[in-house]
Amino acid sequence: MTKNAVVVYDLRETTPLGLADFINECDRRLSEGERLLSLFGRNGGEGETAIAVTAVFVTESDGLSVLRGVAKKGDAYPALTLKHPSAHIYERELWEQTGVLPGGHPWLKPVRFEGARQQRMDEYPFFTVRGREVHEVGVGPIHAGVIEPGHFRFMCHGETVHHLEIQLGYQHRGVEKLLLQRPPKNLTPTVESICGDSCIAYAWSYLAALEALSGTPAGFETDVLRGIALEMERIAVHVATLNGLATDIAFVQGTGSYGRLRTAVINASQRVSGNRFGRGWLRPWRTKGLTDALRQDVRQTLADFAVDLRRMNGLMCSALSVKARFKGAGVVSTQAARDLGLLGVAARASGVAIDARSELPGRLYERAPMGSVVESSGDCWARMLVRMREIDTSLEWLFRVLDDSTLDLSGGTAAPVGADLRLAPEQLCVSVVEGVRGPVLLALETAADGALRHVKVQDPSLANWFGLALAVRDNGISDFPICNKSFDLSYCGNDL
Amino acid sequence: MFNFPKSIAVRKAQGSQFIPDLRAAVPGGYRGKPVIAGAACATGCTACVDACPSRAIALDPLRIDMGRCVLCGDCEPACPAGSIAFKTDVKLSSTTRDGLTISAAHPDIDPIKVSAELRKRFGRSLKLRSVSAGGCNGCELELNAVGNVNFDFGRYGIDMVASPRHADGLVLTGPISRNMVEALQICWDAMPEPKLVIAMGACAISGGVFADCAEVDRRFLETFKPTLYIPGCPTHPLVFIAAVMDLLGIDV
Repeated sequence: MTKNAVVVYDLRETTPLGLADFINECDRRLSEGERLLSLFGRNGGEGETAIAVTAVFVTESDGLSVLRGVAKKGDAYPALTLKHPSAHIYERELWEQTGVLPGGHPWLKPVRFEGARQQRMDEYPFFTVRGREVHEVGVGPIHAGVIEPGHFRFMCHGETVHHLEIQLGYQHRGVEKLLLQRPPKNLTPTVESICGDSCIAYAWSYLAALEALSGTPAGFETDVLRGIALEMERIAVHVATLNGLATDIAFVQGTGSYGRLRTAVINASQRVSGNRFGRGWLRPWRTKGLTDALRQDVRQTLADFAVDLRRMNGLMCSALSVKARFKGAGVVSTQAARDLGLLGVAARASGVAIDARSELPGRLYERAPMGSVVESSGDCWARMLVRMREIDTSLEWLFRVLDDSTLDLSGGTAAPVGADLRLAPEQLCVSVVEGVRGPVLLALETAADGALRHVKVQDPSLANWFGLALAVRDNGISDFPICNKSFDLSYCGNDL
Repeated sequence: MFNFPKSIAVRKAQGSQFIPDLRAAVPGGYRGKPVIAGAACATGCTACVDACPSRAIALDPLRIDMGRCVLCGDCEPACPAGSIAFKTDVKLSSTTRDGLTISAAHPDIDPIKVSAELRKRFGRSLKLRSVSAGGCNGCELELNAVGNVNFDFGRYGIDMVASPRHADGLVLTGPISRNMVEALQICWDAMPEPKLVIAMGACAISGGVFADCAEVDRRFLETFKPTLYIPGCPTHPLVFIAAVMDLLGIDV
């Protein structure tokens, strides 16, 4: 049986578990080796006290699996985190969004200062390290470069970082609520603005859910085109990260070369979609196609890119100064990565072989399999190598698909989108796309009239920020920039 | 020493990457400034308005506020009369907020007024501090690209700086999330006079797709009016470059 990255769960068919039973069942599944991909709550409407809670697991046998429970306002339960640390960030978010209290949670702090906590950023309960020669370094929310805002506080002893605490939420603009304010068929441009460097992953995740809920999945060749868009996005962002890594160690040739190499790829995306980030490329049931000329153009652009990229990667990997900075810096062990539930590149660089494209292949990656890359050393070097090797894997896949003459990629077979888009009532659809940082998850829930009742958005950065905090422990504070860049996480995807 | 041949090979492949004439560069395939046809709309048709994610379109007559438009292009196929067509034009920016609205009768955005005072003061050196406040990181990536080896805007003395103390201007991106209000104000207060605000991208200019979010507080811009409005979602590097060159009267 094909394991799909999209599952639809009929809410009318099963009774949700009470909170205690729900948590017990989560505990049982996690103890048996299932992996927690998400845990979130949905507040009831005005005057309702019931809170729907949902857990999403990845199982070896069935792929995605959804568990549903119900809690009441003000409920408490013993935190899963105590036994299963991978639940830590999801339990924090559940508490922040619904008030349901994971009792005994060791790190119960706001995730993004939403709702009534907005603008109370100075109330963050920082961990404190005491001692005569201990000092703190605070950085941000506004940083030295042109990047998103976030606050980092280092507890140091001399140059050594004992602990880093990361306070986020500065980018919070209420995305999840916003997605309920507009008709679902017109939502794609808004979804593309959740995390601007991952437009394709987000749009695809959203559209796959929307199409599944309407009962009419998109055609296979539409999936192929979306896969092409996604790998071009992955390549562009990985190259941008390599650019950042080179810049942060003053390896100037890397800055120059990776900069212009990224330009070539995103300009090709622009020629297909009208936008360098691929905005407007994916729409419900449609994806902008490749005419023969464009297909040849993209193929040639990528072929030229591949030659120069490999040359540059070769230089980067053989330079002693690069090795000296990246090897052994910011190590996250395999055990820690697994315990913390790290995702995507961060997990794969620490020897945890998880990748939605191979675990949940669906019909696309079943027919055109995508290799997955793993490194084991868990340091900045490994995170750099994973990115380099993933670009190679993406290129190999793109060439294979673009050269397959049996595939009609002209995009001409799209079904028209009527004004009468109807979504099945009382359903919960969970959709996962392996974006550049890891799995982008969207969960869409419909009400009795088929209208969207809840949209849960989850960027892999949510789980991975704590991995960065762990990586810099016992490292020199001057290595923080390279550790940070090697993870290259999203603030807006976390803050929503 | 071992890297010597490899390094030479990379440099040889790199060659010259900068765009010699930034004014003449055409972004191939770019969905830029739209052209609106003069034909009257069918009575009661609101297809383009319904398709727009950021309430950028008004009717009677059909007009688009480029300060709100996210250039998604969804109105183009939605219009049964085919009255909207996006082109690669990067002349999207204005020195006034009202100047950003285009229609069949007013097809071009109000031209940027070259300021003699700004030209004298900043024409050969403008240092900018970026503040990202609640957006999607798209404009930030494009603002970084403005300085890369292709666009190389630094050739005109226009650079991003780390400290607000070193900055002549603040480039605002994002709709201004409430959680960033205080930090934005602190950064602005830390910048020495004379200083200016540049609103980059639909979010900064109008709130963009986030204009209706209660988590956004845009009062900063009521007090500190932007000198330059640069549309886009995100703003293409060439759009940013054309706007700043026009404002400072560089190469004209």
